[in-house]
Amino acid sequence: MSNLSIPKTYKLFIGGKFPRTESGRILEIRGAKGAFLANASRASRKDFRNAVVVSRKAAGAWAKSTAYLKGQILYRIAEVLAGRSSQFEAELTAQGSSNAEADVAGAIALLVHYAGWSDKYQALFSSVNPVASPHFNFSVPEPTGVVSTVAPADGSLTGLVSVMAPVLVGGNSQVILTSGKILSAISFAEVLATSDVPAGVVNILTGMRDELVPEFAKHMDVNALLLCSDDDAEKKAVELEAAENLKRVSLQADKALSPSPYHILDFQEIKTTWHPVGV
Amino acid sequence: MSANDFLSGGFAPAPESADHFEIKKSYDLFIGGKWVKTAKRFETTNPATGEVLSEVGLAGKKEVNQAVKAARRAYDGVWSKMSGAERGKYLFRIARLLQERAREFAVVETMDGGKPIRESRDVDVPLAAAHFFYHAGWADKLAYAFPGCEVAPIGVVGQVIPWNFPLLMAAWKIAPALACGNTVVLKPAETTPLTALKLAELFEDAGLPAGVVNIITGAGETGQALVEHPDVDKVAFTGSTAVGKTIRRAVAGTGKRFTLELGGKAANIVFEDAPINEAVEGIVNGIFFNQGHVCCAGSRLFVQESVADKVIKKLQKRMELLVVGNPLDKNTDIGAINSAEQLARIKALVKIGQEEGACMWQPSGGVPRKGNWFKPTLFTECAQSQRIVQEEIFGPVLAIQTFRTPQEAIAKANNTQYGLSGGVWTDKGSKIFKVTTALKAGVVWANTFNKFDPTSPFGGYKESGIGREGGLHGLSAYCQLIH
Amino acid sequence: MLLKEGAIRFPVVSNEVFPFPTRRDSPVIDQVGVEERAQRFCARSLKKETKVTALKLAVTMLDVTTLEGADSVGKVRQMCQKAMRPLPGDPSVGPAAAVCVYPRMVGTAVKAVQGSPVQVAAVATQFPSGQMRLKERLDEVRYAVGEGADEIDMVISRGQFLQGEYRAIYDEVAACKEACGKAHLKVILETGELTTYDNVRYASDMAMAAGADFIKTSTGKVPIAATLPVTLVMLQAIEDFYERTGRMVGMKPAGGISNAKLALQYLVMVREVLGAKWLTNQWFRFGASSLTNDLLMQIRKQETGRYQSGDYFTQD
Repeated sequence: MSNLSIPKTYKLFIGGKFPRTESGRILEIRGAKGAFLANASRASRKDFRNAVVVSRKAAGAWAKSTAYLKGQILYRIAEVLAGRSSQFEAELTAQGSSNAEADVAGAIALLVHYAGWSDKYQALFSSVNPVASPHFNFSVPEPTGVVSTVAPADGSLTGLVSVMAPVLVGGNSQVILTSGKILSAISFAEVLATSDVPAGVVNILTGMRDELVPEFAKHMDVNALLLCSDDDAEKKAVELEAAENLKRVSLQADKALSPSPYHILDFQEIKTTWHPVGV
Repeated sequence: MSANDFLSGGFAPAPESADHFEIKKSYDLFIGGKWVKTAKRFETTNPATGEVLSEVGLAGKKEVNQAVKAARRAYDGVWSKMSGAERGKYLFRIARLLQERAREFAVVETMDGGKPIRESRDVDVPLAAAHFFYHAGWADKLAYAFPGCEVAPIGVVGQVIPWNFPLLMAAWKIAPALACGNTVVLKPAETTPLTALKLAELFEDAGLPAGVVNIITGAGETGQALVEHPDVDKVAFTGSTAVGKTIRRAVAGTGKRFTLELGGKAANIVFEDAPINEAVEGIVNGIFFNQGHVCCAGSRLFVQESVADKVIKKLQKRMELLVVGNPLDKNTDIGAINSAEQLARIKALVKIGQEEGACMWQPSGGVPRKGNWFKPTLFTECAQSQRIVQEEIFGPVLAIQTFRTPQEAIAKANNTQYGLSGGVWTDKGSKIFKVTTALKAGVVWANTFNKFDPTSPFGGYKESGIGREGGLHGLSAYCQLIH
Repeated sequence: MLLKEGAIRFPVVSNEVFPFPTRRDSPVIDQVGVEERAQRFCARSLKKETKVTALKLAVTMLDVTTLEGADSVGKVRQMCQKAMRPLPGDPSVGPAAAVCVYPRMVGTAVKAVQGSPVQVAAVATQFPSGQMRLKERLDEVRYAVGEGADEIDMVISRGQFLQGEYRAIYDEVAACKEACGKAHLKVILETGELTTYDNVRYASDMAMAAGADFIKTSTGKVPIAATLPVTLVMLQAIEDFYERTGRMVGMKPAGGISNAKLALQYLVMVREVLGAKWLTNQWFRFGASSLTNDLLMQIRKQETGRYQSGDYFTQD
């Protein structure tokens, strides 16, 4: 009898599936003391393109699903993550995290927090407008569409969830780029895959920031971009590329976002509707 | 029977009088509460007659810098320190002064821009006053606008506005900026500077502290210098998508905030169960309001096949009644095209429409000889792939397509890079919500079109812009929200 | 009945009747939209010769009306004089289109307008409520026609309309039309009681299909009488009916049109919706009692440049 362990193959998460990168490239992941941990996929621009295609397909149905269901699903993610917290703690620690327990707890707390916003931010950000004519006039937030999300570089689970959750609960689909502790990002994808998040609504790529961030900003079928970065040159480059289709850009510091409904609002469009009032 | 005889269909001239106020021979820049002369100047003309109305200053980099400095001084020294209630009082004053001089502003707007007096008198000027009045009330209530946030002003705002609603756009921009505690440098369009300069006179009468609003006139270069000025904290622009993208690039990496209100190619969808006569009126209002110089104009008509013939016939009959001519005449429905350049662009696209196989129709009436004119025009037999269907014409030109099912109408309506506005006409309530929800557009008019109100947020999806103006949502464009 | 000498007769009274239309055949009306459209006509500005032409035209479109319990032979005779010569000494003004009276006064009116082009219209069918059996209502029509009425202004049974008995409305209009013989039939919808534009539109479509020569807004006996938007809805119905059948139907707003400015707004509306073809008293009438003198004062003002006083215009 052999006791040899069975290491996991870390792949990408696109359209609810776990494909290898089409480029065949890998990122060698080593632990704190230099020990080999795994070969992760190094996503290419084509992987990103494929992810945007499935994101676009998934966006409509996710946007239309009820707020109640969205809340249920976010809470479900928290539940599944909580059930596997020891695995995440171990994995994060192996990748060099010194506060893995707090990190996982923080991620779970954020998921629960945003789950609760699913059916409340609309009321907060809507208005009935008292126009000076016989019309009923109201403004409501609607999801922006497909979002490119660049998670904080430290790779913490809290950081990943802090950017994913407001975009997700707002009814958008997204492609997330993670760097840093990318093994737990892919393990987190497994959590998403078993939490009733519809395929394609969240896609996670592991790869090199300088290679993929420009692509995230350039793609014409991406409606908005969330970038956590402290690099002024990177931010400027992203803004310049985003101008081409007037992507909405939310620039954030390179760390986990503190919870706020205004992060949800960053990925909403306000639609105003007019209708006459008469008999 | 004379040409003006009632029975033959005409009207005797009914010009609005223009003798109760003065347009000065020349206007300078309004900077730091003073009128500042410039070396270079340019003329502004009446597009209906070609007559020169006045000469205005051309602001160069030096004057832009001067204006931004004045705005900064006013921000640091006065405006950011003033209580919201006091700021509000100035805005209320401005609203009142504008109401009092409403007719004068309407006539000047019509003379400088070419729009019918009926519109400047009944729409532009009253709405401009209403914007000041609405935002005046917000100035001391901002703490209630954004739950859970601390609210602070942004600083100096650079604003560049277009020629289609010169005074109204100035009000849209200035009123919320001031209410939220910012100071302003505003550049009106080079073909329509007069009402903004008159507004500056009104700010003087209102006793607005020097430098809180600065009005500088000039063309694209002036606007560019303003947008690029390092001491401008926020840029607000209304105009073409192409220029909007340039501005977006200019502010990249600067940390400047911005709002953009850009182009559109709105779909106006008429279902077979629509209130048909009101729909026809809505189509007319949608595309021929302000000569079609409207970013949210309903320039694409989608009409369900079963009623297409009836709708088009009624539409043509209605178009025959539109009076094209002297914008100052109270009976004029369609005034002058704002500039020779714009007229050339409209003509070029209409020619392309004909070449691409769409079928053009215009009413029988003529247009005056002198000045810039274009008859209300519609195209039938249009297809998605034609340029008149895809590109913003910004003139009185309607492209008509038919559809069979709601799904088809929605898909075609959304098949554009723009997303500013849209229209839906049907008597069935549930269908209205289905379609208004599906349209990717910031403003959707159901069983109406081209309605505006200061309480109602306005702005686009996709390449029609970023941000909203008006209403609660418009405030966030002029505040820092700390959360 | 013999034609009165000098009277302008309608070319041919059309007896064509069209099938009963269902509610779905009538387009829906958006209240706000139609009221906005009506307001837009008010923005038209009539000046100088356009205004004079329109004012004089309006005088010829008057159905000068008295419908009071106190109406007497003397009162009706005086009113007929005014209808024939609204502005004594200026033959370019008038005459009015018709006088409108109760059936008992038809004989008096016919005698009084003899030899002039002024027509005699009688309200009938248990005006203003219509709350009587059809048989008696038709008898009243025949009586008025027998007395010499050129035109009959009937009322529809609004109660039946509102309780959904549409076919009964169609049938009563058709029966009245038959009872009218060669007299013209104006069908009063009493729009103030139908309350919605959708109802007005459907009632208009039904009345025209059943043979109405004119459709008319109101009796003048309920608080809400003619308005610009309700008239617009009816004009649009006439327009669509004409497009579909080729048959012209006349329009008569009645009640509430008390000054010249408002009358001109109606004329602008008729011209823009139906065209100049409808701008004769054969196809358009004002039902009014107090409008006449304001029109006359405005005509005089245009001619003299002086605002006028009531002392210079006859009260009848």
